[in-house]
Amino acid sequence: MQEPPDSIQQISLTAPPWTDDNESIATQETHPGYALQMHQAESFINELLARADARPASGSLLQYLCLIQRQYSCIPETTVHVLAERLSIPASQVFSVIDFYTFLHRTPRGDFDILFSNNITDRMLGSQALFGRLCQILHVEPGVPRADGRVTVDWTSCTGLCDQGPGMLVNGIAVSSLDEKRINEIAEQVENKTPLKQWPADWFEIKDNIQRRDILLSDQIVNGSAIEALINKGAENLLQAIEQSGLRGRGGAGFPTAKKWRFCRDTKADDYYVVCNADEGEPGTFKDRVLLNSYADNLFEGMTVCAGIIGAKKGYLYLRGEYLYLREALEETLQQRRQSGLLGNNILGQEGFDFDIDIHLGAGAYICGEESALLESLEGKRGIPRKRPPYPVNQGLFGKPTVINNVETFINAAKIAVFGADWLRAAGTEQSAGTKLLSISGDCERPGIYEYPFGTSVSQILADCGAADTQAVQVAGAAGTTLTADAFERSICFEDLATGGSFMVFNQQRELLAMVKNFSDFFRHESCGFCTPCRVGGALINDLVNKVMVGHATQLDLEEMKNIGSLMQQASHCGLGATAPNAVLQTLEKFPDIYTARLANRSFEPAFDIDAALAPSRKITRRDDPGAHIAYEPEQSSKP
Amino acid sequence: MKPPVLTIESGKKPRLATAALCGCFGCHMSLLDIDERILKLVDMVEFDRTPLTDIKTVGECEIGLIEGGVANTENVEVLRDFRRHCKILVAVGACAVNGGVPAMRNQFDVQDCLEEVYLNGIGVVDPQIPDDPEIPLLLDKVHPIHEVVHIDYFLPGCPPSADTLWTFLNELIEGKEISFPYSLIHYD
Ligand SMILES: Cc1cc2nc3c(=O)[nH]c(=O)nc-3n(C[C@H](O)[C@H](O)[C@H](O)COP(=O)(O)O)c2cc1C
Ligand code: SF4
Ligand code: SF4
Repeated sequence: MQEPPDSIQQISLTAPPWTDDNESIATQETHPGYALQMHQAESFINELLARADARPASGSLLQYLCLIQRQYSCIPETTVHVLAERLSIPASQVFSVIDFYTFLHRTPRGDFDILFSNNITDRMLGSQALFGRLCQILHVEPGVPRADGRVTVDWTSCTGLCDQGPGMLVNGIAVSSLDEKRINEIAEQVENKTPLKQWPADWFEIKDNIQRRDILLSDQIVNGSAIEALINKGAENLLQAIEQSGLRGRGGAGFPTAKKWRFCRDTKADDYYVVCNADEGEPGTFKDRVLLNSYADNLFEGMTVCAGIIGAKKGYLYLRGEYLYLREALEETLQQRRQSGLLGNNILGQEGFDFDIDIHLGAGAYICGEESALLESLEGKRGIPRKRPPYPVNQGLFGKPTVINNVETFINAAKIAVFGADWLRAAGTEQSAGTKLLSISGDCERPGIYEYPFGTSVSQILADCGAADTQAVQVAGAAGTTLTADAFERSICFEDLATGGSFMVFNQQRELLAMVKNFSDFFRHESCGFCTPCRVGGALINDLVNKVMVGHATQLDLEEMKNIGSLMQQASHCGLGATAPNAVLQTLEKFPDIYTARLANRSFEPAFDIDAALAPSRKITRRDDPGAHIAYEPEQSSKP
Repeated sequence: MKPPVLTIESGKKPRLATAALCGCFGCHMSLLDIDERILKLVDMVEFDRTPLTDIKTVGECEIGLIEGGVANTENVEVLRDFRRHCKILVAVGACAVNGGVPAMRNQFDVQDCLEEVYLNGIGVVDPQIPDDPEIPLLLDKVHPIHEVVHIDYFLPGCPPSADTLWTFLNELIEGKEISFPYSLIHYD
């Protein structure tokens, strides 16, 4: 039986440890983030490394860094050097990983590190005002630790609490349903230095919020029954059953699951891996949150069945950092399964059926949901998407054949193992068997989780969730499809609207350009930076969207957005860059008025305020002569 | 949007102006690299303001070639002046197109740049930041020229090769759509 993996839960939900003695207010000199001595760093790293992990040591780099970050609210430089030496990698590699992940920092954050979720749905629920309010009461500048080191207040990408937002993370732990009262109370707790575990428990309550169940959420299986089915039917028969069921990946792309498993099974190797993609980073998606909370056994069952079919001994659950709060319960479920003989060696008494699962934490990077970037991240590296081929089923984690599936996919597979192919076939359409979990948020009366048979129309869904006066629906997240009212008869399925499950509703009162800007900000921030079309194109489009927002854009700028967008679609290295301009391009086409209404009445407008750009130099030189100014000259510079 | 095509009254030579903003003059050197074809160019166009003629003010022109990015007040003024006077304005070279090498200072505060150069740099004597009104004031960042005025064509390269410039000018003057053989847009 394997040792339980090292786990973050061993470090409790307090504010960082050095704040517990009430005397010391951490300052530049005393904060361990700046002042951690070499011998202290060494003993802490020794402790970390002593927790055995099955991976090659450097593969755990990101996990170690997450733990160090949690301990010191940053990665002190001394720990970088010790860690680099122990793992036999250059320090520069450690720094590059730190700089890649949003939740890792070189310099200390506040003792309370508060991150507001920045999805458009949080904004629609008033997060901006609450953010401003908290900064104001705490006297803190956005993103900058307060002088006494007590607190930082900042933004982060969608935290998956869209149905009960606005949401935030405090020291990595999710807090939902923010309002003015709660913000005031949070400020109080921060000023009083109340350790997080003494904050009112109901602030941390995240509801499942399941509004509609269909077969997947209703038809329960007994723990172990899918594994028994595998043992009784045999791997080949079960794989055929999954094939016949028509199960396709639920992460968005819809690749046939059995085909993936078979490719992997047919690749000759000495090791195989099963990986579950629980990164759930697509803005507006939160169904995996609910599955991980209430259907974890089914998920692990599905992963174990997959392991039995492909011959894997090891599996990883890649859990997004935003779902840290789910980790403890997930570890417990794994432990119970080990105790029940459903994980570990000789599963259910089958000689040689050995399989165990580790949880690997992400650290705030949307790109790590892309499967090859996820593998890089699992190997402890920066999440830069790989070239394909080779595909993960041939050369995946640590170069071994690997199956990666979404949470929902594995749960479907587990249930197919028990109920058979027809169970899935009975719901859905020809090309899309079964059901899909939708995460519904935005302008509707009943946001939450809705399970629908594939083929359900958008209008049906809107009616069910209590959406009225709907202007647009964004299906499949920031990277997805913007639907106008005349497209509400389209349906959710791979033949029509493929989706990972995000479904955001915008009523007639909403300024759609705010959505476009929010998504464009998101992609600019989340681009991994590897390729130019996405890194630069995303920034240029974002600048132009901002130019439209402030009323300075011209028709030429709209043309430019189309050019850049289409280039990004064609030339980006991975799906992130290829889909990043979608919202801009689609709204330019379907909602041109939201742009044209804001165009400047000129043929050309500079990209920046030229005179303002001279202000710093004026100040430095103390000049204010006419030559130190540039007048605004729209007409003269407008000669296209 | 399609870039504009040049139309010239028959029997008239198009006027050509060029200017270097914040660049290294390498793009102008590249133009000179057309070698003896410069004599043909003299037949093809009438030179207006350009360092080649040393004419200091720009008149009404068909074509304006701009090297370099926009880094200070003078760059803004020259560029606007060119836009006012040139039917077709072309960004020539990486600095004009992207900001190029000078834009490497964009990583830093303009104050830090000035202090490094005029106060703290090695070998600085009589350290002081120049404040004479005759000296063009620096913008806080170096910008590509299309962020200040509308630009009709972009010729990338550092510098674009002589053949690229030659091909471009010929096609433009002949009223053709601009197209380059692969060898002219292949950069390694
Ligand atoms: C930028 C990007 C982000 C992605 N994020 C996720 C994600 O958060 N969760 C997920 O399951 N799949 C995500 N995917 C899709 C995965 O690459 C992969 O297709 C999926 O995990 C395969 O599992 P499935 O076949 O079960 O859907 C993402 C893809 C891209 C391009
Ligand atoms: S498209 Fe974007 S996210 Fe993907 S590899 Fe290129 S830069 Fe990275
Ligand atoms: S593009 Fe290159 S050659 Fe031209 S001015 Fe800039 S640095 Fe000089």
